[in-house]
Parts: sequence; structure tokens; C-alpha cells
Amino acid sequence: MIRIDSVTKRYPDGTVAVDRLSLEIPDRSITVLVGPSGCGKTTTLRMINRMVEPTEGTILLDGEDVQRQPVTTLRRSMGYVIQNAGLFQHRTIADNIATVPRMLGWGKQRARERAAELMERVGLDASLAKRYPYQLSGGQQQRVGVARALAADPPVLLMDEPFSAVDPVVRKGLQDELLRIQDELGKTIVFVTHDIDEAIKLGTMVAVLREGGRLAQYAPPAELLSNPADSFVEDFLGADRGIRRLSFFTSDALELTTDAVVPAGAPDAPLTTAETPYLLVTDAEGRPLGWRERGSAGDADRLLPYGRPFRPGTDSLRAALDCAVLSPTGWAVAVDADGRVTGVVSQQTIGEAIRAAHTQAETDAAPARGEDEKVAG
Amino acid sequence: MNGFFDIPSDLQHSWAGLIGLHLREALLPVAAGLLLALPLALLCNRFRWLYPPVLGVTTMLYAVPSLAFFVVLIDYTGQTELTVMIPLALYSLVVLVPAIADGVRSVPDETLSAATAMGFGPVRRYLQVQLPIAAPAIIAGLRVATASSISLVSVGALIGNQGALGNLLAAAQKYDRPELAANAVVTTAVLAILCDAALVALRRALTPWMPRSGRERTAAPREELLTKGAAR
Repeated sequence: MIRIDSVTKRYPDGTVAVDRLSLEIPDRSITVLVGPSGCGKTTTLRMINRMVEPTEGTILLDGEDVQRQPVTTLRRSMGYVIQNAGLFQHRTIADNIATVPRMLGWGKQRARERAAELMERVGLDASLAKRYPYQLSGGQQQRVGVARALAADPPVLLMDEPFSAVDPVVRKGLQDELLRIQDELGKTIVFVTHDIDEAIKLGTMVAVLREGGRLAQYAPPAELLSNPADSFVEDFLGADRGIRRLSFFTSDALELTTDAVVPAGAPDAPLTTAETPYLLVTDAEGRPLGWRERGSAGDADRLLPYGRPFRPGTDSLRAALDCAVLSPTGWAVAVDADGRVTGVVSQQTIGEAIRAAHTQAETDAAPARGEDEKVAG
Repeated sequence: MNGFFDIPSDLQHSWAGLIGLHLREALLPVAAGLLLALPLALLCNRFRWLYPPVLGVTTMLYAVPSLAFFVVLIDYTGQTELTVMIPLALYSLVVLVPAIADGVRSVPDETLSAATAMGFGPVRRYLQVQLPIAAPAIIAGLRVATASSISLVSVGALIGNQGALGNLLAAAQKYDRPELAANAVVTTAVLAILCDAALVALRRALTPWMPRSGRERTAAPREELLTKGAAR
């Protein structure tokens, strides 16, 4: 575990970058430091591998003060990923990845094999091994940066705004990839970003820092969204935190109905429990085509859009609600892994599920908080 | 063309011999300049305040006419090749120090941070990361220094037959044989072009990692240096 214990960084000109910061960073999870520019998040990260030395306080790695450890040994035991990747432009991709293993004295062959293994892990084609960084796209370079950081299999990974410089589509891909790699490897990751959405998506724990390097709140993302500590955190989270919080509620329990689902060309289904004036039309394989009004069978041109279907269990209540809101009928379409319709659900039902989820979250949180108070007392 | 390669015997060298001598007198100073400029540039990057005064001194040295150097040096080194080469080595600094210092400084911050974070010490980082990445800029500086040095060797003729191909200019006057002057000019120009081509080839070989369009990037500082050289 990394333990940051009332650490302060004051520069000779008097600027305080980090102010009495204390954090316990749990093992094998992603801890995100997030905040506006000038909040000391990068400084904090760099104090962990001693690229910046704290003015006061200590940082403990598995109970040992990092300042008591030889700096090169310490750094080689921590992978470091930086914005724009910071690759060595004069070395091939394979040599870039093999940098730390080679410094640790690995043989050429072993280092090369390790590089190949890591390229596969981060989703890079083996044919890129002999290329140079300028021949790769920004997203690919960033993958090389992650592979290079993982090369010597360090227990800790420090990531400084690694995905900030790539476009949103590539960024999403890299984030998903990081979560997948983390599932497989279980590193202790400290991740710095100024993007609160990225923090909420990636973080097991999120530390929100404010200007002047003070900790505003340290909590799991769902708690951050439901209980922001103060107005600074609330503002920083942005306007639609209620909606975003729905990302943490599963759509498992939504009651779906198939009464309003009909194959193309079929006559109206009888009005039963699903009291909708619309029917969802599917193709021969059961994939959604669009909504039609009752009594307009066979009029394929007049289908209404059905939004973006969600997958119950896999997607959150947020995806379900989004689908319902996108469709002019107010109903969301649920599909299975193959895209076949498993049922439809109304905004109203989703709304009830949201209220139930909130109640559930409150009761879950209450005893836990009670215990905290006991410990604190 | 008659007598174009017929070198007067008082020069004590054949045409090929003069070429060898010329290359030695031109290239050794550039090599010495490089050896001097590398630590100087390192110091300038380490202590930023040092850079402007060092640049000022090299520019001042460059402004001293070679004849003035000869007058001073001749008391110590006599009428020898060394007397010609010392000023040439000092002249090369005006190009090489900024080429190396700026080249090393142009390495992106992320690259340096990444190297530091991976446990590179300052020496390893300078030798394995900064210098290789600065290679194109350094070679661009070497190209200017070399061309300038090859043309400047000729002034060695002023201190008695130490100008290699430049001696032919003096001989052309003395024996009234203008073809010798033409020989000197053409041969010097061809030498300069061949040396430049060799340096370009060296850069290509050293930098397989450079994008094709990167050629323009190294061409830009070179042009600026050329104008500086032309002012002389």
C-alpha cells in the first residue's frame, strides 16, 4: 500500500503546490487524483517516485519511507506513463518497451520476448515492433507508453494524464483497455487527470483536489456523485451528476415486457399489460427495426426511431434511461448480446427502478457510515 | 587546360598531396571544435546563465580576422599547420556550440521526464537519450562548420605555404598561371560538396528514426547558420 502522510510541497518562492495531503492508496486498484490545474495532482504523483521531493511529511511504500530507498531502484519498481507517451523517438517500439528490463540487466533475447508479449497485451500488432514512434498514431504511441511502463512487471503504475492528448474516441478505447489490463494484472495504479468523467469511469477511489493542493474529498466515485463533500466538489462534478450516478446502478432488475414487440408485417398485438399506443417492430432475426403506431401494420416507411438499445445486466440504468429518452415513444429497447430484442420498458418503469436503487443505496450506506463513526469515535 | 594539374615544385606537393593536406587542415579543426563544443554545450544547458556569455565569446572569436590570430600564434607555434588550425577550430565553435546546446534542449520534456522516471541518471540520460535525439541538429552544425573550414584553410597561404590548395592562388599570381587559381577554386568547392554529402549520408545512417519530412526541420537551423557564416 502507498500511504501519503501529511505531505506538503512548498517551493522556494513560497508557492504551496501540495498542502498537508494524506491519502491511503489501496493495493491492486485504481486511485485517481483529479482536480483543476494547479491543484498539485501531478506534483503529488511525482513525489511518489521522488521526481519531486516533499518539503514535509512522508510517503510510505509498503510501510517503508520512499526517501530512504535508492532513487533508481525505487523508480524502476514503478511504471510511469505520461501525456504524449514521451517515447524515445530514436528507438524502435520494441526497444522502447524493453528499456527498463535492459537497464535491469535482462538479456537481449529475454527483453525482446517480453516486449512482444506486452505489445500483444496492450493490443498492438507484432508488426509494429521494428517501427519508430513517428510511424505510429497518438493512440498507438500511448499504448506503447503503457507497455513500456509494464515491462519490468512493477507492482505500482503511475499515470500522469496519459490519455489527455488523444481524441475522445481513442481515449475511450484506451480507458476500456486499461480497465481490461487492470482486471488481468491487478496493479496498484495512481492515475492523474483533470477530467472528472475519466476519474469516475476508471477510479476505484477518487481524490478530488482543489487549488493550493488541498484534499477536497476522497471517496469511491458513486459516493462522490451522491454525497459531494462541499460546493467545490459539487461544481467540479458538473451539472448532471444525478444522471451520471445512474451509471453505478445495474439495469438487471428492470421489468421488461414483450407484449408490444411484433415481427415486421405482423398484425397488432392485443392490448394487454403494455398499454402503449406503439409497437416495436423486429426483423426476422428479432433485431429491432423501429416503433410503429397501432393500426399502421405494413406501413414500413413510418417507423419511429428506437434510440440506442441497452443490454440488461451489462448496461447501467443510465443507458436504459438514455434509450427511453432518445425514443419518441418514451420506451427503451432491451437487447441480448447478439442484438436481438429481449423486451421493452417504459420511462415510468425505469423511474421506479431508479427510486428503488436510491433507497437501496441509502440503506447500504447507512450501516457502513455508522461503523465509520464508531471507529472515528 | 595545359598545366592545370602541373603544380609548381616550390609547393612541395602534388595535386593529390595538396588535397590531402587541405582536408587535414580543414577537418581536424572541426573535430577538435566538436570535442570542445560537446562539454561546453553540456555546461550551457546545465547552467542556463552560462549560455549567453559563451555564445558572446564564440561570436567574438569568430569576428577576429584569421590574420590577427596568425600574428599572435606565430610566436608560439611558428609557421606551421597548427597556426592555421587553431583559429579554424575556434571559428567552428560559433556554429557547433549553439547547434549542440539547442539540439539537446529541443528534446521534448515528456521524453526527459519519462527517462528520469525510468531511473536514468543524468549521464546516461545525456548520452543515451539527449545526444542521439540531437544528432540531426549536431550534424547540421557540422555541415556548416566543415564547409566554412574548407574554404578558410586557404588563408594559411599568408603565413608561407600553409594554405594547402590556397597556396595555388599565391602561385598563380607569382608565376602568372591563372589556371592554378581556377584549379584551387574548383577543387576546394568540390571538396566542400563531397564532405557535405558525406555528412548527409552519415545523418541518414544515424537517424533511421526520423520522418522524411523531418529533413526540413534540420534544414531550417542550417540556413540561419549559413547566413551567420556569410556575414563574415
